[in-house]
Amino acid sequence: MNPNNNKREPLFSKRNFKLITQPLNKDNPITIQVLGICSALAITVKLKPSVVMAISVIIVLALSNVFVSLLRKTIPSRIRIIVQLTIIAMLVILVDQFLKAYVFEISKQLSVFVGLIITNCILMGRLEAFAMQNKPWQSFLDGIGNSVGYGLILVIVGFFRELLGSGTLWDIPVIPQMAYNLGYFNNSFMLLPPMALIITGTIIWIQRARNKDLIDKS
Amino acid sequence: MFSNKYIFIYSAVMVFIVALVLSLVATFLQPKQQENIDNEKKKNILASVQITAQTKEVSKLFEKYVKREIVVDETGAIVSIFENNNFTQGNLRAFDINLREQLKNIATSGKALLPLFEIEYNNSIFKVIPLYGKGLWGPIWGTIALKSDLRTVAGVTFSHKAETPGLGAEIITEAFTSQFINKQIFNENDEFVSVRIVKGGVSNQQKIPEIHGVDGISGGTITCDGTSEMIYSNLKNYLPYFEKIIKDESK
Repeated sequence: MNPNNNKREPLFSKRNFKLITQPLNKDNPITIQVLGICSALAITVKLKPSVVMAISVIIVLALSNVFVSLLRKTIPSRIRIIVQLTIIAMLVILVDQFLKAYVFEISKQLSVFVGLIITNCILMGRLEAFAMQNKPWQSFLDGIGNSVGYGLILVIVGFFRELLGSGTLWDIPVIPQMAYNLGYFNNSFMLLPPMALIITGTIIWIQRARNKDLIDKS
Repeated sequence: MFSNKYIFIYSAVMVFIVALVLSLVATFLQPKQQENIDNEKKKNILASVQITAQTKEVSKLFEKYVKREIVVDETGAIVSIFENNNFTQGNLRAFDINLREQLKNIATSGKALLPLFEIEYNNSIFKVIPLYGKGLWGPIWGTIALKSDLRTVAGVTFSHKAETPGLGAEIITEAFTSQFINKQIFNENDEFVSVRIVKGGVSNQQKIPEIHGVDGISGGTITCDGTSEMIYSNLKNYLPYFEKIIKDESK
């Protein structure tokens, strides 16, 4: 055995740290991998539900990555997808139950979309591509990285949609009454799902313009 | 490779563990969730007479202002009265009635138990009637408060499950609900006409007098029609009860 392998890798080695930072920008699940777009459209009308959704996905993805990684050697490959789904579904239902019990108002707004985390492609994607082959700690970091990358986009989109669509942030009015008196209008178009797509598109555009190596070379 | 036996045992054990965890958590959180749902209901009942309550104090305010909870049947007879935390008649609290089931009953068998709340606020008595109906994408519900003459609307609240944000979902805004205040549900011939939501604005048409109609929401016509229909069909069930009260008073 190579002696180097016996030496324990520090918890935040450069390689591990990359697992978190990479999905935030150059490997972002929404803007680069284009996964989990559907929920990004639906719940970003306001900032608050976006943040709660982001936190929910962070919890679910980090924990399910850890669970699957712990079980990875025992999971029969023929039924691995259904095992992964069961673990995700369990965690999502737990999150949903806790939201209903402790932040009822927000759980009403998120309604069906918390349940739909189960079908969020980011989760299955990360479990299949990462947690099935890697150790729990690395899987945990990968889960955090990807879900934070997802949440980041959610919050940015939610920020602009609430600001321009309702004139509020976190339900607090930020656009002064004077602006309305002068003829400023909230753009109610922002409240509709297509605008989330346009904002996401703008984010992708800015991101690619800043990172030349992301541009397709074909 | 894993044998079939291993796979079967593996999945059975996993499903068992997951089911156990979920049912434990669900049982554990059940009281807290029910409390949230009840508070929401109480908040809506109070809001129909413009009492705004924070979630923390809503139970207290509900006990303070709601003087009587009455259950009536489809003939207008009183089935049960709950006041001051005691039953003075029957043994069914209006608060515990599932309106959706009762509306189903009335559609199939013509029989139903209908809830009604009496609120005393600012020295007058209001009758608050819960509503339940269909919107565009899913159920809508709400409350309507009538003044003691049983003709004049004191206020309404609406909630919805999945109406379009910015369009149909606007039925919950104060700008919309405040229009209902002081509208009449009976016309001058004492016929029940309800309050209608009019597409294009009440003042732009002749069919429905301004005292029985409010302006609809542009882009939310189907939700508004559903709301309009909900108010009409729910209030209609209480007409026998209203008649009885008016008869008793004139005696």
